[in-house]
Amino acid sequence: MLEITNIHATVEGNEILKGIDLQVKPGEVHAIMGPNGSGKSTLAQVLAGNEEYDVTEGAAHFLGEDVLDLPAEERARLGLFLAFQYPVEIPGISNAYFLQAGLNEIRKSNGLGELDAMEFQELLREKMELVAIDPRFADRPVNDGFSGGEKKRNEILQMAVLEPKLAILDETDSGLDIDALRIVSDGVNKLRSPERSFILVTHYQRLLNYIVPDYVHVLFDGRLVKSGGKELAYELEEKGYDWIKEELITAS
Amino acid sequence: MHEVSNATEKEHYIEAIEEMASQKTPEWLATLREDAAKRFAERPLPHRKLEAWRFTNVNPIIRNPFQPIAESGVDQLASSDVHPLLYANDWIELVFVDGWYAPKLSRNAGPGGAAKTAGLHEAIAAEDDLVEAHLGHVLGDGGNVFSDLNTALAHDGALVHIPKNVELDRPIHLVFVSSKTATESVIHPRVLVIADANSEATIIESHVSLAGEPRYFSNPVTEIRLNDGARLTRIKVLDEGPQGYHLSTTQVRQDRDSRFDGFTFSMGGPIGRNELNIVFEGEGAECSLRGLTLTEGSRLVDNAISVEHHAAHCNSWIGYKSVLEDKSHSVFCGRVYVAPGAQLTDSNQLNQNLLLSDKATVNTKPQLEIYADDVKCTHGATVGPPPQELVFYFQTRGMSQAMARGILTYGFADEVVNETPLDPVRDRLDRRVFDKYSPK
Repeated sequence: MLEITNIHATVEGNEILKGIDLQVKPGEVHAIMGPNGSGKSTLAQVLAGNEEYDVTEGAAHFLGEDVLDLPAEERARLGLFLAFQYPVEIPGISNAYFLQAGLNEIRKSNGLGELDAMEFQELLREKMELVAIDPRFADRPVNDGFSGGEKKRNEILQMAVLEPKLAILDETDSGLDIDALRIVSDGVNKLRSPERSFILVTHYQRLLNYIVPDYVHVLFDGRLVKSGGKELAYELEEKGYDWIKEELITAS
Repeated sequence: MHEVSNATEKEHYIEAIEEMASQKTPEWLATLREDAAKRFAERPLPHRKLEAWRFTNVNPIIRNPFQPIAESGVDQLASSDVHPLLYANDWIELVFVDGWYAPKLSRNAGPGGAAKTAGLHEAIAAEDDLVEAHLGHVLGDGGNVFSDLNTALAHDGALVHIPKNVELDRPIHLVFVSSKTATESVIHPRVLVIADANSEATIIESHVSLAGEPRYFSNPVTEIRLNDGARLTRIKVLDEGPQGYHLSTTQVRQDRDSRFDGFTFSMGGPIGRNELNIVFEGEGAECSLRGLTLTEGSRLVDNAISVEHHAAHCNSWIGYKSVLEDKSHSVFCGRVYVAPGAQLTDSNQLNQNLLLSDKATVNTKPQLEIYADDVKCTHGATVGPPPQELVFYFQTRGMSQAMARGILTYGFADEVVNETPLDPVRDRLDRRVFDKYSPK
């Protein structure tokens, strides 16, 4: 599904990612954990195609296609989705209009017919129910005036509608109270399938109580320094990230 | 220097004024016109060193000897020509062709309903006291050299009177149409609106062309008097033809506790200027002024706004947006004057400009003149392309950059449209904005 080899990336001349290798197979859930500033969000943004970041080395293949040269929209049309850590607000554009436009672009490029307003309304209603979102959200401007939790839930709704093959959730858990975290996690779990993969970027182990990952990786100073199963997350929770740091120093 | 060159440029107007003076006119009107003619002669025509016109080059208007128009082209028009410009069977809709009131093309006008609407020329001929009492007096010595010219030369227009306590149940639409007959001509439409105490009404003022390409100059003046507690919404749609120049002046005087909601949509014509002057004369008055300017090609639109707070406890909100393509140009000036004693004034202004081309120009200027000490006055302006972080968000949802920019632009512009009252008006504007910017 996704194969990343030796990715280096810089932003404004500073190297943030210093050689990342990662393989994600269909249906797998990978958690990437790490302290602030380790490069988690940079990895998410680079994969989604943000041109503010320069990839200086390495490759990323998604479904066999080298995606680093593709503009962000083409990656999305292939089935890559990023749930933003800080979703932007778009005044004047309703959620429904925005999502219908996006979905139809994705459908068109995959040889599927566009959904008309009626068909889309029906789909949207269904997905809103699935991720437990108030139907009134449909007519509200995208994220405009939403609370932090509402924005995160709206990202999950978008994921449910666009039905990506690989979803990257960038700190979707941060800033959520326990109820919101449960709703968001339920939404994700309902979308898990043998064909759909997830990368959960998170600072805290808490999310992984609700969305149980197959693999946990630790990102530290631009490198994945440790990988393991879900028990690695508990270890991190218990010992903190300093433990990794010490291990690294000892090793070098 | 300027007086010399102005003499030539004013010559054809002065001739028209002399011709006008030779016509039989009620004395009060002759005096009004004479005074205006004097001010017109004294005031310089716009040039770059005049602060109010610094960014707005109107030389193409000044240097072309636009002629007075002898008669309207109404006979060349059929109802079906103007029908698409109208809104609804039960609205009061007055059509003016080349400045002249055209009763045959209008509907539900006259003195019959809860409000009085009439052609200004016929109202003057009928010795309507309201006209004598107010025409020219709302404007006073405000306005500019072109509004003086209008006062000196206006021959027709609209009279609207909303009597005391009347909440008008239907909108009034004034449609100013330029026909082929207006080619190379100047027209001076005049609108007088008197809203008596505690009345409520909505007026739409459309300036459109049925002429296609011909060149003309429209120089309208609208005077609005809001008496105590009156509430008026006025929607102006500036949509002149591709060679239809438009320099307008609107003057609003507001008495105690009155409210004015102004919308200004500027969408057509090579040069368009909307001077909008609000004067608060009584305590507790409010105004909200919203504007949307859409320019492309080499078009220029200037919104020159002035709000004068002469009484305490008055609120003014100004929110204008522009979307600019190509080499077009948008000018915004928001002047707020707070007189000594106009305490507890609350005034906010925001001018937002979306640049779709790096060759477009925006000049935006707040101008605060505050002579009271207990006031709140804020201002802000933004100029720039659709933000990249927003465009990226769209891309991650499968949409191209071009599509993202189109939708963002539509959303930006439509915010003003969405605040506009009256479904038929809003729908027509929404369609216009959608067709212009939404991705195909």
